[in-house]
Amino acid sequence: MRLQRKRRLTIIAGLVALVAIAVGLTLYALRANIDLFFTPSQIAAGDAPHDRTMRLGGVVKDGSVQRDPDSLAVSFVVTDFAQDVPVRFDDILPDLFREGQGVVVIGTLGDDGDFAAQQVLAKHDENYMPPEVAEALKATNSLPEGAGNSAG
Amino acid sequence: MRGKQIGMWKFIHKLGSPKWCYQLCGRLQPAFWIAAAVLLAVGAVWSLAFSPPDYQMGDSYRIIYVHVPAAILAQSVFLAMTFASVVFLVWKIKLADMAASVMAPFGAAMTLLGLFSGAVWGIPTWGTWWTWDARLTSMLIQLFIYIGIIALRGAFARPEQGAKAVAVLTLVGVVNIPIIKYSVSWWNTLHQPATFTLTERPAMPESMWMPLLLMVLGFYCFFTALTLYRLRSEILKRESRTRWVREAVK
Repeated sequence: MRLQRKRRLTIIAGLVALVAIAVGLTLYALRANIDLFFTPSQIAAGDAPHDRTMRLGGVVKDGSVQRDPDSLAVSFVVTDFAQDVPVRFDDILPDLFREGQGVVVIGTLGDDGDFAAQQVLAKHDENYMPPEVAEALKATNSLPEGAGNSAG
Repeated sequence: MRGKQIGMWKFIHKLGSPKWCYQLCGRLQPAFWIAAAVLLAVGAVWSLAFSPPDYQMGDSYRIIYVHVPAAILAQSVFLAMTFASVVFLVWKIKLADMAASVMAPFGAAMTLLGLFSGAVWGIPTWGTWWTWDARLTSMLIQLFIYIGIIALRGAFARPEQGAKAVAVLTLVGVVNIPIIKYSVSWWNTLHQPATFTLTERPAMPESMWMPLLLMVLGFYCFFTALTLYRLRSEILKRESRTRWVREAVK
């Protein structure tokens, strides 16, 4: 009886291990497709497809946002602190969009290296804090990287 | 030492007896209902009225007080079902299968709540309610696994027949749990990485995570109380032909 239980336990462990290996290999093979976005470095290395809809992810470079006063048109630079990609956009930005904020931009990469965006998503980081704390951190210039500023 | 060990085995053996388990569940139930009510009431008022707003998202971040407990429970419930399935497959204890069967709908509900609350939060914060990133997609797959388990059990006329198939499907499904957990660190996702880890200080002040902790504990107590309640009904249903049940319901 005891031997039988041991055998069943081994079969179960084997089953779970086999399924895990199968799923693991599948995910490994598909790893490039599971990543939600390309980084500016990947684009600079030529890994990203041209003239096809794709996602670009990174941080909005400080001082790079330029708004057209007469329309919704806006241009900014997405950076991963190694490479930059200039982005053009002509629609409504999410509330969280600001310089220093992480964003995921959906659009197409032109041959000139400019990224024409169809949609801009703001990425939220894992940090939460009350406004007073953020103000205090900002005063001492120690707000975490990419956390943006509170003047939104 | 040896006496203690025998005592523990005796307890486990007794736990396998439906009658004894039925009575134990009845005795434990009130404490968990009260704990759940107190924790959820205090946690809800604290998190909605007294915890500070976030510096970037304002008040919309408060959705985490539902989203995070729901997402944690969605995974914990599945781990509990997996444990019960292993016990059932190896030791052939019917009660373990009954426990797994009553837990599944709650887990599915929590997964749906996690997905829904995340979508509601995503609209103002991200600018979209859904994206096919690894965290969101793996959580959607988890919902399908839950639905598959519930449907597979429902496909059998008598619960005893489907038990083995359901247990095996649960073991297959558990592979998705680490994928959900680590999806945000393995791949680029829109979903942010974990705020709480075992090794580091939470990326959130105490005034924010204290009410969240109460909510998580409250969800766990609610889940436990509901499971005990539903397990009692399941025991009565499956053991309805035994003498002690007939006497108990008379």
